Amino acid sequence: MSFTALAMTLIFVLIPLALSKTLKLGLEKDTLIATIRSIIQLLIIGYLLQFVFDAEHAVYMLLMILLMIIAAVENVRKKGFFIEGITWKVALTLVMIELLTQGILIGLNITPPTPQYVIPISGMVIGNAMVLSILFLNRFLAEVEAHEEQSELILSLGGTPKQAIHSQLISSIRASMIPTIESQKTMGLVQLPGMMSGQIIAGADPLQAVLFQLLVVFLLLTTAAMSSVMLGFLAYPTLFNERMQLKTIRKA
Amino acid sequence: MLKLCNGLISPTSGDIYIHDRPIEQFDPVELRRTVGIALQHAPMIKGTVYDNLALPLKLAGKKLSKAKALSYLQDVGLDESFLDNDIKDLSGGQRQKVSIARTLVNRPAILLLDEITASLDPQSTKEIEHLIEYINETYQVTIIWITHHLEQAKTIGHYTWIIMEGEIVETGESSFLASPKTEKARQFVKGGLT
Repeated sequence: MSFTALAMTLIFVLIPLALSKTLKLGLEKDTLIATIRSIIQLLIIGYLLQFVFDAEHAVYMLLMILLMIIAAVENVRKKGFFIEGITWKVALTLVMIELLTQGILIGLNITPPTPQYVIPISGMVIGNAMVLSILFLNRFLAEVEAHEEQSELILSLGGTPKQAIHSQLISSIRASMIPTIESQKTMGLVQLPGMMSGQIIAGADPLQAVLFQLLVVFLLLTTAAMSSVMLGFLAYPTLFNERMQLKTIRKA
Repeated sequence: MLKLCNGLISPTSGDIYIHDRPIEQFDPVELRRTVGIALQHAPMIKGTVYDNLALPLKLAGKKLSKAKALSYLQDVGLDESFLDNDIKDLSGGQRQKVSIARTLVNRPAILLLDEITASLDPQSTKEIEHLIEYINETYQVTIIWITHHLEQAKTIGHYTWIIMEGEIVETGESSFLASPKTEKARQFVKGGLT
């Protein structure tokens, strides 16, 4: 696709802008900011990827992944204000997910250890883990606050912090995983996944595109399960003090 | 205040002793099983009356037999047909009874009651009062009851502390309520202060 053709696609930005202006939705500024940011960010990443692919050096590849993890941690951190040490907990979760998924893919020779494979797959894994972690933390905070009396009851009867928070933890993990599972149920029927569509548009064999998409689907299931479970079990002890008392949740 | 004794919160100053032992020396789980508390709004877990009665033992990795559950129900004056009732179907008074029975399952040495009749109708309040006297005798358990009903303190309590704005105003055997020594306590008994 040429830059001229891309410029013409800006028509798709003008439509929501016109609608927002006509219907007084007040979204013109945000739409413009989102458009400009996406152009700048994607062009930067495009040139950066070009450089990393040409350099063919593991250090650049690792730096790219590190950058993705730092950006993801920064995004999740804000939503986890009520958890002590949220930064390192999210970082540990993301690093473990990345190590596990790439370890299996490269270790079992499913994908080669080259930047062309490692970076896009890492991007999908880390990006998905980031969204899942945010979903989990939002739900977990709501659950803990809504069921504070029940947690207190369990503690008052001699229950441990884990028992006091168990049902809230489980329902938050379930709630954050459900969108991934549900969207995968309708994949191919309601929507063609982005990566697969991109490959097909770029001229790849549709069957090869499907095989890679399936790999991503399975990866994202692991990512969904691991991110909420790991973050959940790292996070819940910080809601209690050493006397097994529920701490007051400080506001953001 | 009762949450301090049960270890749900810690004091910012002062000390609390249970049987001459500072509460910090208790393991939190041991403390909460020794000092049971029935909370003001009688919070329940989802499920049946049995699920709630079985909760203390379930938390300790044990199981409450149906027969034992029925005997606890009987002790708090509820019919055995309540055992499988959904907790949502109980009245305020019945919930308080289940809450007290559930606390008793841990066989506490001390039972803390946090304004348990505050939101009950007069009939349910009377039933709970009789129940507390019965439990005190049957289970030989020390009961500390926070109440704003002076009559409850006079007729049921053996020993009374009048606490106003966080300070003990007067204390002694409940008979002192007939003629308190301090001015504040006198006004409180007359109904001038709350």
